[in-house]
Amino acid sequence: MELMIAIGLGIVTACGLYLVLRARTFPVVLGLSLVSYAVNVFILAAGRLASGAPPIITPGAAGYADPIPQALVLTAIVISFGMTGFILALAVRIWHQTGSDHVDGGEPATVSGPAGKP
Amino acid sequence: MNHLLALPIVLPAFTAALLLVLSRAPVVMARALSAAATLGLFAAALAVLAQAKSGTPLVYQVGNWPAPFGVVLVVDRLSAFMLLLTALLALAVLLYAVQGWDARGQYFHPLFLFQLMGLNGAFLAGDLFNLFVFFEILLIASYCLALQGLLVERLRATLHYAAINIAASSVFLIAVSLLYGVTGTLNMAHLAERMAQVGTEDVPLARTAGLLLLGVFSIKAALFPLYFWLPAVYSNAPAPVAALFSIMTKVGVYAIIRVTTLIYGVDAGVVMELTSLWLLPLALVTLALATLGALGAGRLATLTAYLTIASVGMILSAVAIGGVAAFSAGLYYLAHSTIVIALLFLVGDLIGRSRGDMTDQIHPGPQIPRKATLGLAFLFAGATVAGVPPLSGFIGKVMVMQSAKDAIAIVPVWTVIVVTSVLMLVGCARAGTIVLWHVTDPLPAGPAHAPRPGEWIALGALAAGSLLLVLFAAPITRYTDETAAQLLSPASYVDAVLGPQRDGLVRPHTTGGLR
Repeated sequence: MELMIAIGLGIVTACGLYLVLRARTFPVVLGLSLVSYAVNVFILAAGRLASGAPPIITPGAAGYADPIPQALVLTAIVISFGMTGFILALAVRIWHQTGSDHVDGGEPATVSGPAGKP
Repeated sequence: MNHLLALPIVLPAFTAALLLVLSRAPVVMARALSAAATLGLFAAALAVLAQAKSGTPLVYQVGNWPAPFGVVLVVDRLSAFMLLLTALLALAVLLYAVQGWDARGQYFHPLFLFQLMGLNGAFLAGDLFNLFVFFEILLIASYCLALQGLLVERLRATLHYAAINIAASSVFLIAVSLLYGVTGTLNMAHLAERMAQVGTEDVPLARTAGLLLLGVFSIKAALFPLYFWLPAVYSNAPAPVAALFSIMTKVGVYAIIRVTTLIYGVDAGVVMELTSLWLLPLALVTLALATLGALGAGRLATLTAYLTIASVGMILSAVAIGGVAAFSAGLYYLAHSTIVIALLFLVGDLIGRSRGDMTDQIHPGPQIPRKATLGLAFLFAGATVAGVPPLSGFIGKVMVMQSAKDAIAIVPVWTVIVVTSVLMLVGCARAGTIVLWHVTDPLPAGPAHAPRPGEWIALGALAAGSLLLVLFAAPITRYTDETAAQLLSPASYVDAVLGPQRDGLVRPHTTGGLR
């Protein structure tokens, strides 16, 4: 299970980082969300992965899941949700005000790509 | 229990919430409440400082849950120093803002108080996760404050600022969970104790977590190569907000000091002095590059933004040199630079407002009214930043240089500090000469707003703060010396938080790495 989680986290983080580095606001916001999803699962994994184990004292339990990362991850989810909402509103505002969704608040002045493509 | 320690967080939080409810109330009422809360914070900071001065860190257990199981607020001399500095800066900034500026942006007062709540919380937090939470509070308040007015440049700068900080928050969480995975705790005192017992196989993880934390705090503090977001944000933010932000980079510095002295401090065994290899070169490069940026600045606000980065380079150089004298010098410089950079932002704003459409661009323009007084204010601020004797910048820089006397890196440290001081003086002199003396038109084109009396008082208060740092340099350095000594013996902090006897603590899980 650990290996699968680790590989999954790696893939999600890599996708998130790729999107964060894009030049349009919407992919950047998506990328930041993906990275925060990966981080949330990583926090849970830091408390060791245990399936079917109770987080609080239960008579006859063989082992326990660590409850603290579960509490931490709740806070982290709420904060990243709020931050994503904020930056999304900001991106929409910039789009309304400048007519462009480029992260620099306007289309680049000089466009010189291969074969004349932007 | 000493409920005074919770006041710096609770007071602004409740006042801000009240102001949100009363957002339709007349602006006079918002100003009165905001001023009352800020004065209350100042009084609370003074009372906390008086208690923390004795040397025993004060601990507030939220909900009376004992550490390390509950949330603790801890005040040692460093936290009390930062609380008082924040309250003083907030008073001056608020006085400037209520002269009419605050009515332009909606919700200025609640956001201002939420920002203070986040700052105070970050200085009080006794565990890493709450440090993260308070960072987020001060960041989201700062995004909204930087946006006030919704100009396109502000929107663009804030988008970059928000994006880099959200990414940084993810890295912060990764570092925090790595530390939790290795040690099973997030309470900083408990971490300090556990760090010495980290098993060999976990050492790389502990070191990774420490360096990730250093990276995150470097983004907040604006250390090379992570400072590129700062000039755009600070120079485009409204002047009172930019002045308040002069303490924001210092929160990053505070976090670096706290983590390197406590968690990765002298008692941390194999992972101690984690950052010693990186911090000094990066801080000196920051200082040098920021000074070059100040030389090339096109606006007074950009000049001040680069000087903010330079001050961070200076303080972190002192922190990297290490030892009581260097930490003490760094803290003195921290207080000096926070006050003077706020002053420079406000003076730049007043000059810019007097020049009509030219604003604060460093370019020949119209003659400004009250040239002598504004010019003298700019001269004073510039000379203090550059370190002309006998002003506070001079004392701070000499203290840092003296503390490097026995360090191996004395040659680079002294060279960079002396050369950058001269260049800062050149940069400020150039800006002042062009803006104030290169007069092309007798009258400004476009609207020019004269400074109001309250704004002069705010400026005067900040200038007086800088002068008081000189006049009372002896008692202040005595306090910073004691602070440095306390930072360098983290055992007293650990004992205060966890109590002297702590054998019965259970580890949440058995030893071993992330399996």
